[in-house]
Amino acid sequence: MKLLPGPLRRRGRDEDEETPRRGNGNGWRNGRTVEADEDAKEREKQADRERMKAAALEVPIQALGYVDERTGAGPFLRGFLFRKVPKGTNWFYTLGSATMFAFISQAVTGVFLAMYYRPSAVEAYSSIQHINDDVFLGQFVHGMHKWGSSVMVILVFAHMGRVFFFGAYKYPRELNWIIGVVLLILTMAMAFTGYLLPFDQRSFWATVVGVNINASGPLLGPYLADFLRGGSEFGATTLSRFYSIHMLLIPGLIAALIGAHLYLVAKLGTTAPFWLRAEKKRDLAREEI
Amino acid sequence: MNKTQKERYLREYYILKDQGKPFFPYAVLKDSVMAAIVLLVIIVMSIVLGAELGPKADPTTTTYTPRPEWYFFFLFELLRVIKPPALVFIATIGVPTICMVLLILLPFFDRNPERHPLRRPIATIAGITTIAAMAYLTIEGALAGPPTQIELKTAPQFESGKNVMASSGCLGCHRVGENGNAGPGPALTHVAGRLPRQAIARTLVNPTAPMPSYSRLQERNPKQFNELVDYLGSLK
Repeated sequence: MKLLPGPLRRRGRDEDEETPRRGNGNGWRNGRTVEADEDAKEREKQADRERMKAAALEVPIQALGYVDERTGAGPFLRGFLFRKVPKGTNWFYTLGSATMFAFISQAVTGVFLAMYYRPSAVEAYSSIQHINDDVFLGQFVHGMHKWGSSVMVILVFAHMGRVFFFGAYKYPRELNWIIGVVLLILTMAMAFTGYLLPFDQRSFWATVVGVNINASGPLLGPYLADFLRGGSEFGATTLSRFYSIHMLLIPGLIAALIGAHLYLVAKLGTTAPFWLRAEKKRDLAREEI
Repeated sequence: MNKTQKERYLREYYILKDQGKPFFPYAVLKDSVMAAIVLLVIIVMSIVLGAELGPKADPTTTTYTPRPEWYFFFLFELLRVIKPPALVFIATIGVPTICMVLLILLPFFDRNPERHPLRRPIATIAGITTIAAMAYLTIEGALAGPPTQIELKTAPQFESGKNVMASSGCLGCHRVGENGNAGPGPALTHVAGRLPRQAIARTLVNPTAPMPSYSRLQERNPKQFNELVDYLGSLK
């Protein structure tokens, strides 16, 4: 790979300067005055540095080119980033990406909590106590995860409200609406399963009632409740079951569905605000008549 | 939407998109500002509100009223509004399931091509009503406290049972005299008039959902359990 385009040194540049050639006497060097010679060397160094800088800048571009050549990611990313969005998309349009950001925040803080959390009925409570009291910034990260869930639930509902009132679920975006509703349900399931994990009184009893609510459903209800409890009684398996659902099953589903959701947004385009009417171009207007 | 309407929409959208601005950097900038705000809110909430733990979970406890996280209050309140036991499953599973199905199918039954909220009044009114109902139920659910006092006059031999009941979280869902929430469970002021003592004990051990079972209390602390049943059996 040729890292440095062009010769590094271009001699002869200084030959343009018309400096009288005299002997090597005092005050003279390389046929120039000492000052002029220093000057020229300085300039040469400067030029060298600039060429190195340009060459260094080439490296990431060439690395990107290497990846692009082998993945074809370039056109996709360009299509995603530089796709046009109708004018007038205001702050309401940021609610979806804000929800995704809240999810990312939950994922990151969740990973750190999982480093210290032990999902057994005996140890869960004390491990959370350990996180809160001993671990560096433990309570802070725990708090971010706890309150982040509220923020995410609010944002997901707000985003749904925006899509509803702007009529953005209509043709051709019906399927993206369905994905969105599934994401909403998964978010609520996330909130429900996460609530048990600290294993304090509040979370324990709320989950007992929550699972009992599931059990009251017709047909599938009792089976769903048995599945959630890991048996007919609330026991040791219940907590690890909730933990696994909370940190493996649902986050995976959410991440995959967010990917599909975003793909469709990019593919179908961001909805134009309902108050916007297209100023028809003449040729299109004529076509319509 | 029929074919003409679809085509008209696509054409109009094509023009609007064509006249629009690139996603990067215009939309990305707004999204980034919003993401920063979200992160800031989460951090401030974490610092201000903390992540305090309650007392450790104790399945044998008799002193705890289950409370869900606030965003489930609307479901919780729905349970309290719908009282007859035969209809409880409508509140617990029926309404949420119907709501989810309606939400998923929304684009298929709302086939009005109009997108302006003022030009599709039914959808807009339905949306606002839903939000108002959920907000109302959430606030009501938040205000329904976990009472622990029973002011009903009691014969002295049942005093201890009354205390067990007051501290067992029954009042979170049942009304006794002037105390307790009026649902989701039935009022217990005259429960002994409807159920014999044995049936009350059976219900405590083997309740109808969503009531939690008190079988652990029976195992760990049979004296308290019997006092509780005696007290309930005296409520005629």
